[in-house]
Formats: sequence, structure tokens, C-alpha cells
Amino acid sequence: MLSSFTLGQYYNTTSVIHRLDPRFKLLQLIFIIAFIFVCKNFFALFLMCALVLIAMLLSKVPFRMYLRNLKVILPIVVFTAILNMLYVNQGEVVLFSWWIITVTLDGVLKAAFMVIRILLLILISAVLTYTTTPTELTDAIESLLKPLKFLGLGELVHTLAMMMTISLRFIPTLTDETDKIISAQKARGADLESGNILSKIKALLPILIPLLFSAIRRADDLADAMDCRCYSGGKGRTRMKKLVPGAKDYITTTILIVVFAAVIVVGKVF
Amino acid sequence: MQNIIEINNLTFQYDGDSPNSSAAVEGINLQIEKGSFTVILGHNGSGKSTLAKLLNGLLLPTEGSVSVDGLLTTDEKNIFEIRRKLGMVFQNPDNQIVCTVVEEDVAFGPENLGLEPSEIRKRVDSALETVDMTEYRFAAPDRLSGGQKQRVALAGILAMEPECIVLDEPTAMLDPKGRKEVIETITRLNKEKGITVILITHFMEEAENADRVIVMDSGKITADGSLFDVFSNTGLIVNAGLALPQSVELLSVLKQKGFNVKPGYISPKAAAKEIYRALKGGTL
Repeated sequence: MLSSFTLGQYYNTTSVIHRLDPRFKLLQLIFIIAFIFVCKNFFALFLMCALVLIAMLLSKVPFRMYLRNLKVILPIVVFTAILNMLYVNQGEVVLFSWWIITVTLDGVLKAAFMVIRILLLILISAVLTYTTTPTELTDAIESLLKPLKFLGLGELVHTLAMMMTISLRFIPTLTDETDKIISAQKARGADLESGNILSKIKALLPILIPLLFSAIRRADDLADAMDCRCYSGGKGRTRMKKLVPGAKDYITTTILIVVFAAVIVVGKVF
Repeated sequence: MQNIIEINNLTFQYDGDSPNSSAAVEGINLQIEKGSFTVILGHNGSGKSTLAKLLNGLLLPTEGSVSVDGLLTTDEKNIFEIRRKLGMVFQNPDNQIVCTVVEEDVAFGPENLGLEPSEIRKRVDSALETVDMTEYRFAAPDRLSGGQKQRVALAGILAMEPECIVLDEPTAMLDPKGRKEVIETITRLNKEKGITVILITHFMEEAENADRVIVMDSGKITADGSLFDVFSNTGLIVNAGLALPQSVELLSVLKQKGFNVKPGYISPKAAAKEIYRALKGGTL
């Protein structure tokens, strides 16, 4: 039942995007998202579309994987489109009018603009999650937040990264365990499927309590094991793998800066 | 030979227990020689796991002292040095792997020691090689079998280059194949690398390669000697709440029936030889 649930959505293949330094990838993603919002007109937006499309092609992840992501957010897209069409009532060209509903050309354009924006956001985020393992992401976040140690927050950053690592490590373990508990409770005659929402929530209790109990016991064991391996927080700790940016990272960043500059110029000129 | 572990008059009582209840570990005196292979046997609740945790300062003695390579566990500033010298592997492999990739988990210990990245790399590669898990170095731990996971946990300890490894029921949750893999690896570490091994278990068959066997019951050591000596005294094993290995049981029944056999042989092969000797000797 839960075994189909996979952690993150890393798509294992080798591509330029896969091999980028995860810190660069993460920062590039943040800037691309920012610039998707900066776009003032369709011309600028088309530049971003081209950028996202190229990133998707370079990632070597099949398009159906991306489509799957879009399917999930379809309701939000439709909702946004309708809302924008109805709310924007400016412009002379009225396409459709009935009772209190008026749809203008401007409204349709605005809706299209918003929809493209959302789609781009989802697609470019998917490029990151398909090409970067959760571990790489955690390392990137820890490394990027390192400057916070000058504010005395170094240990906090390390602790958060360690918590992320441990969570990622234990999600499959606890998923397996949940499956086992569900089977065990079913074998004892527990009814998990029928009834209204309230009785379904109630039926979850016999699953959640043993799960919580076992998670705490595991945490206790893990703490012992970490103690035994001389863990004492982030202080004095080194890493085996150092993230080292290469030519790919600088080249992609340069390309992005050019595109961003173009977006600003196009936004001003047209 | 030099001792790596010195335990003097060690008593430990858990905080929550009432002062009148018996201690988890009581009045233990024990020396472990460098490079030896010791098996500690005992049923659940005999105090063997508590003893393990006392060895590297996860628990501190209520009375008495424990020292590892001359360092007292009660001295706060020794604790990391002790834990580096004395690595520990626990029962549940799932609960001691920290990272999501095998080689990164093996690197966890050396990273905590603050070693240079190149040195960590070297140790990780050699530790994975030693436990024969190199081909799985990029795997996710949850995809491995129990025996493989336990070998990864062992590699994580080896990468810290310990002098002594304590294994607290490392095979209790494994299938027979995984159990064999782990025991073979431990034996090899002891014989080839000269690492002191203390194996805590209730599977008597795993004592086969031990230089020394210690039996614990109710927090006390009730037997301590060579494999043969300890298993010759079958009454003592049974009193400690342990089931005799089949071969030992067979030999002791034969002995009761008047055959001239000694029951201290744990492996079926050695037991068969002993029976053969007794029969050929013609004592019937």
C-alpha cells in the first residue's frame, strides 16, 4: 500500500544538469523563479519559457515525468485561469458577457500569462528535484547557510541539516514499519477502510501509536549509535565530500545572467 | 600480553530502579587482552548489554571503574578517545545507520573525528573493502539485506580505526545467511587485523571461534574460561538460562549414559570426532 511511495523524485540518469554543483543548482533555481515573477510581458516570459524548456531537455528526464507533475497542479491552474478572467474587467474588447460575468480580451491574456507562470514554476522546480538527490540538496543547504555561523548560528544550521539527513534516512524505514503495523492490525480484525471520516481517523490511532512508540525507540538507539561514533555536533567535524564548483557551474550561471539581463531589457523596451 | 580493557569491581544500577532491587551489573572484575576474541553469553536481562554500554561510557559505573587502554570512562575528556578506540555495533542495523548513502554513512565516524577529506576517503574505501561491500557503496541502506546493513554498520566503526570492537547481539535480527556473513567478517577482522573482538550474543554456535567465553547471569559473571572448559560444565550453562548447543547436548547425554566423552565441543564436526574417539576407544 505504501510501498509505491518513493522518496523525493530523483530520476537516476547522467546529464549536465545532474552533474551541476547542487549549491549552484539551488541558487540558479531561486533566481529563475524570481525572474519568472519579474517578467512584465509575454516577450520576457517567452525567454523564460525557452530557458525552462532547454533545462528540461538537458536534464534527460522524459517529458512524461514532467507531465505527471503538471497533472497534480491542474486544478490550481484552472482555478487561477478562471479567477483571472473574471476579475480583470478592463479593456475594450469584450469577448463574452452574461449576467454579472464579463470576460474581456485583457482578462484572457492576463489569465494565460498567470497560467504560463505557474507552469514554468512547477517545471523548473521539477528539473531540480528530478536531477538532485535529497542528500545533495541537504548538503547544498548546509553549505549555503554556512555564512550564518558569523551570526552564531553555525550549530543551528548543522543541526537542521543533520535532522534533514536523519529524516530522509528514516522515511523508508518507518514506511515499511507502517505497512507492517497496518497488516498486523488488519490481521487482528481492524477495519481501516469503511465508515465516515471520523471513524477512519479513529481507526488510525491503533496504527499511529505503535508507530510513534517504535520511532522513539529507534531514536534512542540511533542516539547511542551516533554517540559511539564520536558525534558531537557540527564543531570540529569535517566532510569527506567537498562540493567543488566546476566549469559547468560557471558557464550555466553566465548563461543565466545573460538571459536575466535580456528579460529586464525586453520588459523595459516593449 | 597487554590488556585493552580493565574492569574493577564494577556495579551499575539504572536510575529508575529502587535502591533495593538488584543491580543490572554487579561486582564485575574483568580484563580483556589485546587482540583476543571474547564471547559473552547470557539470556535476555542477564546484564550483558548493560555491560557493553559501560565499556565505552554510554553508561557510567555506579561503583567501581572501567578503563579502556588505560583511560577511565568516568573522565569526561577521555570519552571521545575511548569511543574511537572501542567501536560498538548494535543489534538493530536499521537504527545505527545515519546517512542515506552507504559510503556517506561509513564516513560519518571519521567526519566526526575531524579528519582530512582525503584521509576519510581512504578509510572509507578500505573499510568497505574489508567488509566486502565496495560494490554497494552508492546504495541506499534501506535497499540492503539485514546482513549487508550490519556489515555497513561494521564498516562505519572500522573507518574510525578502533583497537577493539564490541558487538551487542549483532546477529539477533538477521536470517541465517546474514548471521554467517557477519560472524565470518568479525572473525576475519580478529584474525587478520588483530582487532580485539568482544561478541555479546545468545547464539552459542557463534562462540565457536572464541579464545575465551564468559557467561553472565543476573548481572554477574558465572563462568569464564576457554570455550572447551565453559561448555564442559553443562549444568552452569543451563543454570544461566541458556539452551545448550545441540552438539554439546548430545555429548552430555552420551556422558550421562556412561560413554567416555567430554561435552565441551560446540561444532558438530568436533563433536563427531569426539564421539568417534570414544567409540573407537571401546569404552562400551
